[in-house]
Formats: sequence, C-alpha cells, structure tokens
Amino acid sequence: MVQVLGAGGLDEIVRALRAQGRTVVGPVVRDGVITHDVIDSAADLPRGWTEEQDAGRYQLAPTGTDEIFAFSSPSTSWKRYLYPERTLLIRARRRRDVVEIHEPEPEAPPMAFLGVRSCDLAALDVLDRVFLDPDATDPTYAARRGDVFIVAVACSFPGNTCFCSSMDTGPTPRSGFDLAIRELHDGASHDLLVEAGSTRGAALLAEVESRAASDTDVARAGDSHDRAVAGMGRRLRSDDIQRAALDPDHPRWDDVAQRCLACANCTMVCPTCFCSATEDSTDLTGTESERWRVWDSCFTLDFTHLHGGSVRSSTRSRYRQWLLHKLVTWHDQFDASGCVGCGRCITWCPVGIDLTEEVAALARSDESVPREGAAP
Amino acid sequence: MTPRPYRVVSRRDDLIDTVTLELAPVGDACPAPMAGQFNMLWAFGVGEAPISVAGFDDGVLIHTIRRVGAVTAALCASVDGDQIGLRGPFGTGWDLPRATGGDVLVVAGGLGLAPVRPIITDLLANRADFGRAVLLVGARTPDALLYRDELEGWRGRLDLDVEVTVDAASPAWRGDVGVVTRLIERAPVDPANTTAFVCGPEVMMRFAAQAVLDRGVPATHVVLSLERNMHCAIGHCGHCQLGPMFVCKDGPVVGWTDVEALLRIRER
Repeated sequence: MVQVLGAGGLDEIVRALRAQGRTVVGPVVRDGVITHDVIDSAADLPRGWTEEQDAGRYQLAPTGTDEIFAFSSPSTSWKRYLYPERTLLIRARRRRDVVEIHEPEPEAPPMAFLGVRSCDLAALDVLDRVFLDPDATDPTYAARRGDVFIVAVACSFPGNTCFCSSMDTGPTPRSGFDLAIRELHDGASHDLLVEAGSTRGAALLAEVESRAASDTDVARAGDSHDRAVAGMGRRLRSDDIQRAALDPDHPRWDDVAQRCLACANCTMVCPTCFCSATEDSTDLTGTESERWRVWDSCFTLDFTHLHGGSVRSSTRSRYRQWLLHKLVTWHDQFDASGCVGCGRCITWCPVGIDLTEEVAALARSDESVPREGAAP
Repeated sequence: MTPRPYRVVSRRDDLIDTVTLELAPVGDACPAPMAGQFNMLWAFGVGEAPISVAGFDDGVLIHTIRRVGAVTAALCASVDGDQIGLRGPFGTGWDLPRATGGDVLVVAGGLGLAPVRPIITDLLANRADFGRAVLLVGARTPDALLYRDELEGWRGRLDLDVEVTVDAASPAWRGDVGVVTRLIERAPVDPANTTAFVCGPEVMMRFAAQAVLDRGVPATHVVLSLERNMHCAIGHCGHCQLGPMFVCKDGPVVGWTDVEALLRIRER
C-alpha cells in the first residue's frame, strides 16, 4: 500500500520516531559534505543540496529546488552507528597478583535511521552476516542493530560513482526497511511516496497525515526508478570479477600498486569493511587497564604482522587482498558480495582509483589496458 | 571476547627466548581443548596473542611461548602465581584419530614442536590404534631444540621413532645436520598408509609437505598448522584471512589440498 505524505509528513515521521524514544540519525550537510548525524526534525535534512561525485572528487552543489534527497551516497556509511569506530571490550583491575576482568554491557540507544539508500540497506545485511553469526555474535552490534527503525529512501539521483544496479542492490529498496520513501519532484509537484515494509512501519505510517497514492503516482515512481537505473555512473560486470580473480600476478596489480597510497580511506568509507584491531592500555599506576576494539584496515602494514615481518608487505598484495576479499572471497565466507555498489571507495580515494576500472583491466589478459578517467 | 583469569602454576625456561607456562583456572575454566587448537593469552594491559595448546593435563593448560613482541614478552615475564587472561579454545584440531590403523608421521620445525606435542602424547596414550609412529624434528641449532629432555625420553622408546636434525651444528653436536626434509626421505613409514602432521615456519611446511608427497603419501593425508596475525579469534577482526579462510576458525589445522594453491601465491 503506497501512501503520499502530506506537507508536514516527513517531520511528523521524525517526531513520531523521537516520541518512541529513538535517536534519529539522517543525512545532514556538514563540513562541505553530506554526512550522517543526529537530526531533531526534517529541517535538518539536506534540502536543496546535491553533490557531484567522481573518482577522487566530491563537490557539494545547490539544486535550486526544495528537494530533500537529491543526492546519492553520503560521505559516511551507517556502520559507525552499529559498529562504532571504538568499542570498549573489557575493563580490568590488578591488585597484587589478582586480576579482575569486567565486560561492560553494550551501549544500545534506541535509534532510527532515516534516509537509508538501498545500497546501504544491502550493506546492513552484509554486516549482519558477519556480526550476527550464531556461532560468534558481536554483542555491541547485536544490541544496536536489533531494534533500529529504518526509513529507506529510493535513489532518484545516482552519483557518477554509483553502480548499485550492477550489484543488484538498488536503486530502489526492496526489503529490510520499516518505511521506504520515494521523492518525486517534477516542476509543479513535489511529493513523498511512502510504503511500509513492516508492521511497526505500517503502524507509524497510520499516525501521520497521508493519502493513498494514485495510479499516476505509482507510475511516476516507476519512471523515477527507471531514470535512476539509466543514470548509474559506473558499472561492474560479474564475469569480469571472476576473470579478475584468476591471475594473482597480473601486471595490473603492479600498476594499481604504483598509484595506491595504502591510506585506508576506501576501507573507512566502505559500508561493509568490518576489520578491527584491539588495543590495550593501562593507567599511570598500571593497576587499571582497558581493552578497546578499533576499526582497522587491511591496507596497513601491521595488519598481517607476524614475528619476522608482515605477510603482505607490499601495497600490491594489500590492494589485491582488499579487492579480492571484497568481490570474491566474501562470497565464500558470507555467501554474499562484500561490495554493494555505493561508490564511496571511488569518490574518497585521494588518487581516484576506481575499482570498477581496475576489475575491468584485471579481467583482460592484455596488459596494455588504457586507463580512462583516472585522476592525475 | 572476555578472557578468564588463569594462574601460572609452573614456569619453565625452555630456550633463551622461549618459556613454557602451566596455567590453572582461577574461576570457571575454559572448555577442554583438542590437540591442535589454540587459546588467546592476554597479558594485563599489554594485549592478546594466539598461542597453541602444547598440552592439557588434569585441567592444567600447557603453553609454550616465544618472546617475539610486546605481548609474548609480557607473558614470558610472568612468574609462578601471576594471573593472566585466557580465551578459547579456538580453531580446528589435528584430529589424530583420522590416522587410526595407519602410520603416523609428525614433522616439526622449530617452535612447531609445541603444537604437535599433543599429537605425540595422545598417540602414546592410544598406541595400539596406530601403526608405525615417526617424529621428525628440525631446529636451527642444538641450543634451539625445544623440549630436549622429553625428546630424549621419547627417543628411548621402542614404539616411536624420533629423528632430530639441526641447520647449524655446534662442536658438541653428534646428530644429523641439514633441513628436516632430508629426514622425511628416509622415515620408516608405509607412505600409502601414512598420515602426515606438519608444523613449523610456512616455508618449511611447504617443502616438508612436498617431501612427504614425494614419498608417496596421499595429498589428502597431509595436514599442517598455519600461523597468522589474529586479534579476535572468532572471524570478526579480519587479520588472519588467507584467501577464503579465516585461519582462526577454518584453521589453524588445515588440509594440504585446501591450502596448497593459496600458499604458492606470494604474499597471499
């Protein structure tokens, strides 16, 4: 059942979610980018803003309209709200030779995510497979993820670095949400179509002012979806992925290693990269200690450190690990792709390395593949 | 992810950089380990390291630790009565019963003797279940030979063949000199009916596995134990990946046929 929200409908949704005691997180404009943060009302959303994204390039731009969701992938993903950058694992105390170890209860504030794109919905499913494994459930992730209310948004303006339609993850949300919104804006009319994906979503939708969508509205939504698919900036061919995995000594691995700074930006902005390190510290007296889990990246030299050196000491081997894990071995481990096509790793790579271009080159046995559109 | 306190009930200096700790639970014990599994040992305020189980006897865990970094240095510095943290056991075991009825060939290089030690103790406890049993040990020098007293005891038995070789001999050394693969060539086993258990540095394991295969041992009867950086031991931290495997849960003990191709790729 598709409804059309009334004029203040979106704000009513935010208010209803806050009335449930939830912290509402949504896209906001900050520091020259669209990112995610806590919002108090629909007025905090990036109304009138879009962005231009390309390999190694991000530029905020006004739309000149009052559209709210006229952008694609925000600079950050949602993972930090479920799998925080830093998590306290244990606190311990030592008195003479007795050690007491205390595991803190995970902090799990009730949350609502507003504006989740379908690529990021797919990313949540990917993280669920890692952290909700029945044999090894992560308590922090499970506590935070369990109750999150999700308001998804269909993408009408895929960015130049987007390729969700290649990964079969978008641009329109299909499942995994409580409510899904599609913004329709064509000159005279500006409507937000809403669909419930859960019982609690339907209950919340019943609280806000809306009318049933007409056949025309539904047809406009279909057109918007088709335009988004057609406007996808990049694509990744699955048969290329299979071929790219074949030759661990393909010269293109050397080529990309010449450009890659091993800075780990791609893994930080990736909505599915989940690697972490643990860090221990003590107070000055040496009697109190804490153990934290922090985000880590397979691009660091320390990542594979063993006595005698690192297993993957070259940038070439670390880029290869990242790419082949993301696109190939992730399937073996979690029965899903680690890439959802959000394009963030392309946009936020300081030297503009584009994984879709790398895969296409790796899939060819001819080494003289020209690089197109790479940043200088 | 929360360690349980264990008390050091015995500490022994094995080598100049290697210590064996015997650990007893202070409160609730971790489940009993299988031979080949490992525990995460935690030094207060310093960190955790994955350490193979070198023995398990009446609730007491035996861990042999080489001092190679901050965590292992702190663990090696502990003394009788100290408490350390322990989580585990993790990973796959050697599964010695897979060799039942056949010959057993154990090949250990350096500190690799520690993870295979439970194979020998289990084998000797169930000696009638197996055919010939051979332990081949390689070390860099005579001074780097782990568990020397125990090796000499085993070597005195009539139901276990023990051969030891060193890369570089001292003037007093009267044994074999050379790489451990040389011992494989003459190990008294029936290759077609042998299971080989290999543990040591990765390069040594590759050559040892090849030497075992060259003797005619079926590739499916060759198992080894891998080592990788690990922070969580439950497949979450990502550090221990080798291709599709998380060595912490799909290993450390793996079949040669499962990893042969991966180990041949440099820096995989």
